Amino acid sequence: MELLIVLAIPLLGAAVLAFVGQRGFAPQVNLAFSAATFAAASVLTARVIAQGPMRVFAEQFFIDPFNVFFVALTAFVGMTTAAFSQPYMRIEQDRGRLTAARLRLYHSMYQAFMFTMLLALTTNNMGILWVAMEAATLTTVLLVSLYRTKASLEAAWKYFILCGVGIALALFGTVLLYFAAERVLGHAGMNALLWTRLDAVKGRLEPGIIGIAFVFLLVGYGTKVGLAPLHSWLPDAHAEGPTPVSAVLSGLLLNVALYAVMRSKVLVEGSLHAFWPAQMLMAFGLVSVLVGAFLLWRQKDVKRMFAYSSIEHMGIITFAFGMGGPVANFAALLHMTGHALTKSAIFYTTGHASQKAHSQRIEDIQGLREQSPALGWGLMIGVLAIAGMPPFSVFASEFLILTTAMQQQPWATPILLLGLGVAFGALFLRGQGMVFGRSSLRELSHAPNMAPVFVHLALVLLLGLWIPQFLVSWWHTAAAMIGG
Amino acid sequence: MSALALFASAPAAAVSSAPGLHALPALPLSTQLIHLIAALLLLLSFAMLAQRRVVNLVNLFAAQGALLVASTVAVAYSTGDAELYQSAALTLLLKVIVLPLVLHRLIRRLHAEWDTETLVNIPTLQIIGIVLVIFSFVLAQPISRFAGEATRGTLGIALALVLLAFLMMIVRRKAVAQVVGFLAMENGLLFAATSATQGMPMVVEMGIGLDVLVGVFILGIFFFQIREQFDSLDLQHMETLKED
Repeated sequence: MELLIVLAIPLLGAAVLAFVGQRGFAPQVNLAFSAATFAAASVLTARVIAQGPMRVFAEQFFIDPFNVFFVALTAFVGMTTAAFSQPYMRIEQDRGRLTAARLRLYHSMYQAFMFTMLLALTTNNMGILWVAMEAATLTTVLLVSLYRTKASLEAAWKYFILCGVGIALALFGTVLLYFAAERVLGHAGMNALLWTRLDAVKGRLEPGIIGIAFVFLLVGYGTKVGLAPLHSWLPDAHAEGPTPVSAVLSGLLLNVALYAVMRSKVLVEGSLHAFWPAQMLMAFGLVSVLVGAFLLWRQKDVKRMFAYSSIEHMGIITFAFGMGGPVANFAALLHMTGHALTKSAIFYTTGHASQKAHSQRIEDIQGLREQSPALGWGLMIGVLAIAGMPPFSVFASEFLILTTAMQQQPWATPILLLGLGVAFGALFLRGQGMVFGRSSLRELSHAPNMAPVFVHLALVLLLGLWIPQFLVSWWHTAAAMIGG
Repeated sequence: MSALALFASAPAAAVSSAPGLHALPALPLSTQLIHLIAALLLLLSFAMLAQRRVVNLVNLFAAQGALLVASTVAVAYSTGDAELYQSAALTLLLKVIVLPLVLHRLIRRLHAEWDTETLVNIPTLQIIGIVLVIFSFVLAQPISRFAGEATRGTLGIALALVLLAFLMMIVRRKAVAQVVGFLAMENGLLFAATSATQGMPMVVEMGIGLDVLVGVFILGIFFFQIREQFDSLDLQHMETLKED
């Protein structure tokens, strides 16, 4: 029942905002729907923690500690981003970058995007998971192209074509999965794609089919995770869309796509008893870390730079999931949380900073601290946190991943360290330049909402210093479920 | 002329590497029909690869959809699966009627009826296509042997359809042609689903259909935006965002 509410609220929100999304009160309505989704998700989470996994609606939906964690995170960041977007989109509208109709589209698609992600997370059906991922692509294509400038149209087109192709490959993988499942489960109709059913018989699935299916699923969903060398849509989509969209793309969509990969990996490993799926994840992860880190140095656009940082962090998480085992999985989940919170906080600050500078170029954004101390310090703390400085949680998870790598995959440690070091240098240097120095920035027509930034950063700090016991046991359960 | 010669050799390459086809005379009629349709689908993919005019491309796409319906009905008849008839009806509605109509209207409203593309080396393209077909069969070989009698060998063709559509998307510069390529790829996936597994669950198929329909509508809006911004539907103008 809670689940139905979690899914119904954003869907209703999309419908309501499709009519009133251009009105003055629309941002508040958007925030209210997002907050209601978060409240419902919290109730659902509490129930799953207390009562364990549950299957609802004839097993069509499946909630366990692993995916309810993503549901909670998605709903939370969705809510704070809605709060951030309130003044941000008003300023954009004041500047004439958006018409009323576009604003309506934005609000409606924001809720629709939330719905598709929550559907992808909670469905038990691997086919519906695919449908939801594709729908998430479609909604974000509309969001990325919102400004209808040349660059944003180009970015959206590239995003659609690349992710469309990628996700088509994932569909082929899903077909093969169904093919393998039918041989074991019989012609079970829609039940043959249920993850729980597949999980129960994964030892008997034909390894020859499942192996090829996994390659397609990994490459397909991996495109959406932004794993190198399939990442080229990601920086464009992040840079050209409105900043709230960059925040939810980076903080949420990439996680959801990685979630799909992990669900597939559990099935594959149970069927194959081989190490190569894990090795593929590790290889994709390491390549992404290096590509992300080195390309960070060459960026001139602030949002593109942090998009490359997202590629790097998704690489770290994918590598950790590839290593597997309780510690690495735990660290990966912690890192996902830390990255989602920190990166969205960074996008909130850079969004307002580039509004102040009337430019997204790093060299145009100077002396943020002087003109607006809250924004400046928010950005500086965010950059330190995302670069992996203690005492933030990103440091804790990176430390855990590195020490596990030293024990299990010693060859990978220098590569990881190199990537982290290079990324740290670039982020710190550029971040410092933007925050300190002489300011030439201007006032904004609406005061930015700084609460989301500092709430996120406080949470990241808290998770770095002390993780509440219930969260530890919750993540341990989730980490054990992914196995490896 | 050389392109025509290559046309003829493509299905030949497909047939010779497909396992199970040596026993062709012993197969029931519906199975033979499915194989025939598979071969025709492959032929159509090569025709799309070589087609210069955008309008004709849409017609070829509609023909592909019609063949897909025929193959779904044939599989439904041979397996007695009622759900597959619904799937065939859905495909007929979406792929043969609605989407081609929408695309034709879009082309008319964009005044792109006479748009052609200068594809310089069609023969090379066809050879790459043949290599892709062979690759698909090699990749599908370990899987095909698990398939039922009726559909053995068609999985390789299905994968080839996907990859050929993929190739088409890469070489095309016109926005409409890229979208047709995208839809053709989706057709290939649908063919894989019907031939290998007697169709995906109905809920999933309807979801996929909805996504495709919404996707085409969104891209239709995009065409106008792109033309307004770039004064052309040629994607060559889109080269401002670079990888660095």
